[in-house]
Amino acid sequence: MTKLPAKVIQSVLAGLGRFSLMVAEVVRSLTTQRLSGHDLMNQLYFIGVKSQTVVLVTGAFTGMVLCAQTYFQFHKVKMDTATLAVVSVSMCGELGPVLTALMVAGRVGAAMAAELGTMRVTEQIDALRTLATHPIDYLVVPRVVATMIAVPLLTAESIAVGILAAYLVGVHLLQIDPGYSLVNMQRFTDHRDVLMGFIKSFIFGGIIATTGCYKGMHCGQGAEGVGHATTEAVVYASIAILMSNFFLTLLLTRLLALT
Amino acid sequence: MIEVRQLRKRFGDQQVLDGVDLTIEKGESLVIIGRSGGGKSVLLKHLVGLTHPDSGQVLVDGRDISHLNERELLAVRRKFGMLFQSAALFDSLTVEENIAFVLTRERNHPPEEIARRVAEALEMVEMPGIQKRKPAELSGGMRKRVGLARAIIYRPEVVFYDEPTTGLDPVVSDSIDKLVVRVCERLKVTSIVITHDMRSMQTVGRRVAMLHQGRIYTSGTPSDLMASTDPVVSRFVRGISDAKEHTF
Repeated sequence: MTKLPAKVIQSVLAGLGRFSLMVAEVVRSLTTQRLSGHDLMNQLYFIGVKSQTVVLVTGAFTGMVLCAQTYFQFHKVKMDTATLAVVSVSMCGELGPVLTALMVAGRVGAAMAAELGTMRVTEQIDALRTLATHPIDYLVVPRVVATMIAVPLLTAESIAVGILAAYLVGVHLLQIDPGYSLVNMQRFTDHRDVLMGFIKSFIFGGIIATTGCYKGMHCGQGAEGVGHATTEAVVYASIAILMSNFFLTLLLTRLLALT
Repeated sequence: MIEVRQLRKRFGDQQVLDGVDLTIEKGESLVIIGRSGGGKSVLLKHLVGLTHPDSGQVLVDGRDISHLNERELLAVRRKFGMLFQSAALFDSLTVEENIAFVLTRERNHPPEEIARRVAEALEMVEMPGIQKRKPAELSGGMRKRVGLARAIIYRPEVVFYDEPTTGLDPVVSDSIDKLVVRVCERLKVTSIVITHDMRSMQTVGRRVAMLHQGRIYTSGTPSDLMASTDPVVSRFVRGISDAKEHTF
């Protein structure tokens, strides 16, 4: 009876060990190897440019619904003009980075796991190694760097579009006074909120890419193995984003309060 | 050039390699034969450093590579070229980009030189003019030829072939065998071929080693093995199953 939990614990610890070794190898590669600009640009295009539609739609509708819900509650206590301030603070510090990261995890993390997983089961990763190329240098590092650059930029877009959409809904649909709303928004939205969102999205980018690449590089055999790796890449990255978001909020609130 | 000493590897309950001893001289053409699932590909992966053994040594030019880390192995692998069973071409790259992969990564070759060497490599494998095609557009035999062109473009000292004729029709198989012989003679490389195709063994091999029950059971010239009266060797080279044992 005790054998099963012991096996599970052993497997989890072994997985964490392999993941840590991969991250350490990524750091080593970044500090000792030259990153190919061509590979980086390819990944930036796929991760950044191609993810814009999904991220912008998510940001816009999140801003709109947040505006409407906040207005419905604030209207009861005659605080209508604080609506956009709530939207702005929430989008910058929490919803912008988290929802963007979740959408990117679904699109990009899954694609990384599937692509690298297929390369593994078709011996392409072994072929890379026989061609005197470290798979971490060629496959993982450009993806990690590109994701850590692209996610903060996508988050900035998502926040901007979310606030703009909320403004349009609030002012034109819900008839909130635009002047007071903008003043309150500027008054309550601090540079620390923006900085927090930026730092979070940078870290979330790292989580998405390392999880997707790890799952692909260590996937099981055959189509089933690639399928599992793809699913797990999205699930684990999403859970890691949501859990780390809580701790990052507590940590960054304290750290940024010192600035 | 390559020496294997008491190599052992276990996967779960199965002892795949159980004390393999093998010496491969520079310039020789060695064929390793054995039953499917008998550990031939696992042995090959140990020779290239793609798998680490449980115990034993793999010496390349006198240096034990069995416990080197991945970065240390990269320099050793520069001496090797490998043709995979599935060719393992990179799907996202064209034929030209696949073949030029190592040269492009080295960053010290001008584009004209890379294009010339790719064309030469394609000529050698009798596939000229297909530089811009994608691997998905190629047949099995063409993929193997392109895989071989990729493996020899940087002039390795040793070329490994993992079942080069598996999945090909007899005519294409014969052409691949002749290609392996030609590459070996023209480039003066050491060839190590894994196969269970007896015709391929006779065409390609100057020496044959048979892997059986995790060890090198016997070795000799192809004609020695074909004429062997040893029941294990004889049954294998003639393709006769033993009703008492599971053969699949």
